[in-house]
Amino acid sequence: MRWLRLQMRAGLRAARQMARQPFNTLLAALVVGIAAALPATGYMLLGNLQRLAGNVSAAPEISIFMQPQAGTDTLRETDKRIRALASGARVERITREATLKRFRDNDALAEILDALPDNPFADAFVVHLDDADAARLESLRADLAKLPDVEHVQLDSAWAKRLDVLIALGRQALTMLAGALGLGLVAVTFNTIRLQLLTQRDEIEVSRLLGATDAWIRRPFHWFGALQGLLGGALAGLLALLATRALAAPMAELAGLYSLEFVLRPLTATDWLVLLALCALLGWLGASASVRRHLSRIA
Amino acid sequence: MIRFEHVTKRYTGGHTALEAFDCDIGRGEMVAVSGHSGAGKSTLLRLLAVLERPTEGRVLVGGENVSALKRAALPYWRRSIGLVMQDQRLLFDRSAFDNVMLPLAISGHPPREAANRVRAALERVGLSGREKSMPIELSGGEQQRLTIARAIVNRPQILLADEPTAHLDDAYARDIADLFRSFNEAGVTVLVTTHDDALFSRYAPRRLVLSQGRLQ
Repeated sequence: MRWLRLQMRAGLRAARQMARQPFNTLLAALVVGIAAALPATGYMLLGNLQRLAGNVSAAPEISIFMQPQAGTDTLRETDKRIRALASGARVERITREATLKRFRDNDALAEILDALPDNPFADAFVVHLDDADAARLESLRADLAKLPDVEHVQLDSAWAKRLDVLIALGRQALTMLAGALGLGLVAVTFNTIRLQLLTQRDEIEVSRLLGATDAWIRRPFHWFGALQGLLGGALAGLLALLATRALAAPMAELAGLYSLEFVLRPLTATDWLVLLALCALLGWLGASASVRRHLSRIA
Repeated sequence: MIRFEHVTKRYTGGHTALEAFDCDIGRGEMVAVSGHSGAGKSTLLRLLAVLERPTEGRVLVGGENVSALKRAALPYWRRSIGLVMQDQRLLFDRSAFDNVMLPLAISGHPPREAANRVRAALERVGLSGREKSMPIELSGGEQQRLTIARAIVNRPQILLADEPTAHLDDAYARDIADLFRSFNEAGVTVLVTTHDDALFSRYAPRRLVLSQGRLQ
């Protein structure tokens, strides 16, 4: 209980100290906020991209587009041969009428399709495979391309896989960036606290004369670092929120071009909590290192 | 209550501030320590407050060797004494009230009780109504009173004052000496160093005169 009371008083002293220098406090928090906003925004964007990628199947698929003149018998025969070649795989037949109907559902495309004299789409088959072996997929693609009346064969999983790899790469780069900026945040707090110690040198010396323990002297500086980190974290979250607002419309428009419904989601409540806690912790660490290093030099 | 046992304090460089100093000070005594500059007066107080440690000998308070206190125990010892430094060491960016509040904040007193004690201490030194004044707004004598209020707010049993009347005119100096006398009458052991023999000879029943680190 006494420990809690002492911590609360130290927190209040630190808050008062920050309030006494609002401009300096805001500047330091801005530095922390901008440093933390980069990984926070990156994390939010990557999360959205991953959600987008999740909507697209990364399992290998082969699409077989038939020539427009292929008749019902040919299609039935092709269906059989595809099933024979891709034994065990699920084969889905998509008629040109079904494709036309699906595209008509999109208002923008409906007008264009209405202007065309005939159905421009071809009958198609989609082969859903479990095996992701690249060589086997390529061999199967080549065999399917040789079937009669087949116009084009497309291996559909490649771009989704590339996106997965890119996201993984982005995540790794983001982790490294967050690590570097986290170190920067610790360094900024370290320096801020060093300056605080210098400006409060008299108070520290007098406090020691009056019986202050090192813990009593250190405590408000720890709080100062943590509060500065917390404030910076809040600013970082706000910057990420602003980025979400600014990017939401262009992203929705871009997704619309690919007939995807996509809403850019901001940081969740849990993300906010993690961001604030992490920034506060890094601030506390910077302050702790600075106090440990510099306090012993003050008599 | 306070015993200096064969205390020598030698600084790096060879200067000896105190040499084989022996002295006993009883509980509730008021002692004025005088002597020329460099005689060892301030060193005596600094050793008692354990701001320095003796090169040889011991400083005992109530039978406890305070000069051998571990670093972690020092803050608690300093909370039990009142210390008026020669250079006052007031915090000029804080009000009179906050300056006096500092020792109580350090010792973790509940805020309401602490505020009452601060007001009482300020009243005791004649600074009632000046709670919100900044030290720079106070006269030299008032600043010294503020330092004394800060020293007594923790209700110490021992009050150490290093040249508390230096730089003050006679009227202010007498006021300050009166204050120490009143604390002593309330049972506090007071040890005051001074250049002004004449002033404190009227107040302190016992005088110690130091010369080159030795009792004269």
